[in-house]
Amino acid sequence: MTLDWTNLDVEKLIEATYETFYMTLISVAAVFVLGILLGLLLFLTDKGGLWENRIINFIVASFVNVFRAIPFIILILLLFPFTYFLIGTIRGPNAALPALIIGAAPFYGRLVEIALKEIDKGVIEAAQAMGAKTSTIIFKVLIPESLPALVSGITVTSIALIGYTAMAGAIGAGGIGAYAYYAGFQRRAFDVVFISTVIIVLIVFLFQFVGDFISKKLDKR
Amino acid sequence: MIAIENLTKVFKQGDKEVVAVDNLSLNIKKGEIFGIIGYSGAGKSTLTRLINRLEEPTSGKILIDGTDITKLRGGKLRKARQEIGMIFQHFNLLWSRTTEENIAFPLEIAKVPKKERQKRVQELIDLVGLSGKEKAYPAQLSGGQKQRVGIARALANRPKVLLSDEATSALDPETTNQILDLLVDINKKLGITIIVITHEMHVIRKICDRVAVMENGRIVEQGDVIDVFTNPKQHITKKFVEQLMTAPELEGEFSETLANIERSGKVLRLQFKGAKTNESLISDVSKRFPVDINIIDAKMTNTKSGLLGTLIVQVKGDKSEIEQAENYIKNASVDVEVIRDDT
Repeated sequence: MTLDWTNLDVEKLIEATYETFYMTLISVAAVFVLGILLGLLLFLTDKGGLWENRIINFIVASFVNVFRAIPFIILILLLFPFTYFLIGTIRGPNAALPALIIGAAPFYGRLVEIALKEIDKGVIEAAQAMGAKTSTIIFKVLIPESLPALVSGITVTSIALIGYTAMAGAIGAGGIGAYAYYAGFQRRAFDVVFISTVIIVLIVFLFQFVGDFISKKLDKR
Repeated sequence: MIAIENLTKVFKQGDKEVVAVDNLSLNIKKGEIFGIIGYSGAGKSTLTRLINRLEEPTSGKILIDGTDITKLRGGKLRKARQEIGMIFQHFNLLWSRTTEENIAFPLEIAKVPKKERQKRVQELIDLVGLSGKEKAYPAQLSGGQKQRVGIARALANRPKVLLSDEATSALDPETTNQILDLLVDINKKLGITIIVITHEMHVIRKICDRVAVMENGRIVEQGDVIDVFTNPKQHITKKFVEQLMTAPELEGEFSETLANIERSGKVLRLQFKGAKTNESLISDVSKRFPVDINIIDAKMTNTKSGLLGTLIVQVKGDKSEIEQAENYIKNASVDVEVIRDDT
């Protein structure tokens, strides 16, 4: 096995990198919003929460647990009909998005719940004592106070998502994963596999760096 | 101002019922600093949390300026809460906001326009003495400064009542005194009614006009601080007063001290009860009468309404002069008791 770079198609590599970024960024944005919604719902309906409600808490928790339990590769297959209905195709980066989002949102939702539980109960109580509405408490206390943890949570989630895009790529979504698998592994072109891996690692580093930077900036404790 | 009538709060813990506040009635006057003292578990915190309805009462009424706040719901309750400021033992500031943003928070809740908000925040920062710390985050402030932010925040919406739940319990003695001075200052300047919850007699002594002693969810004794201090009736109250001053005779060493004193003149116990006690009484007496006064033991404390405590002195001289001096002291509204008479 030699790395002679003869198999490398730079144009394809750039396109694949772009696809990976595309899938990751869109799904991260959607997971951030959905996960915060799920996390808030879990937190607020929990025992002693502002919207304490056992039934809703049970339903949301069950949904989260079920989707976290399904292995991602199976989830993509299970979601084929849904994806087809939504996107009109089961191939290409867009087709990967429903599975990426539905796969990662419950995971992030749990991280959000943990972040919210870390907030000092006294602060929430102080806001209540000032006459704050629940919506005010959500937007002016819960989210700002847990923001550094929410950001480090989405950083961890985005790295998991980069891994998921590679898996999705292997069954037709495109991106670096697909390029490494089809143009590299299947044709025994290990230079392609190698460079793809390096790029994926660099993308992960980049996300981790940016996430850590923002989280640190936000943390005033 | 605040009338609490037959207030009861029962917590259910599994099958067990815990009565935190037990058929409690209390009247707090407008503009006074009212202290509620008790050991932890006495129900003081629950009582405060009932006053701003962070807890739902099991039964009873709480009237604030004639409005029964136990009957309020939704928007009206939130409005009523804006008229009750609260400060906490652990400050409960938003760490993601600066000093001025923390103080602005209750104003945002009350939907005060931005311009007015900024003006009010600046007023409050000056009031609590935090100038120069406007842009600091809580993490950059000391405990005392954090509590100042807490106080400014609690006062932002010009409440009628300020609830202080163990507000100085996490602070060192010197900072405690500064915060207590600030509370008295605010009480005088704004005429706001302050309810002080504490387990420290020192806090009551320093700032309160009246005090209620709480035990097992009930108020066992209440009245003017000076009366409760000089004449505690309940065992628990006596224990609190002892925190502040153990009567010198009770201490073992005293009889030894007394035995070593030359047998001449009279040994007197002077009981100071605040109010109009002349602070230079002793030097007054020695100037007016040809007697020698020798201080043997003393335990004195300063309360909001005057000097309080016990002084043990030996008065030496002519028998009739000693008697005159004794009468002079009695007329200064100080209780005199003769411990030993060697005249």
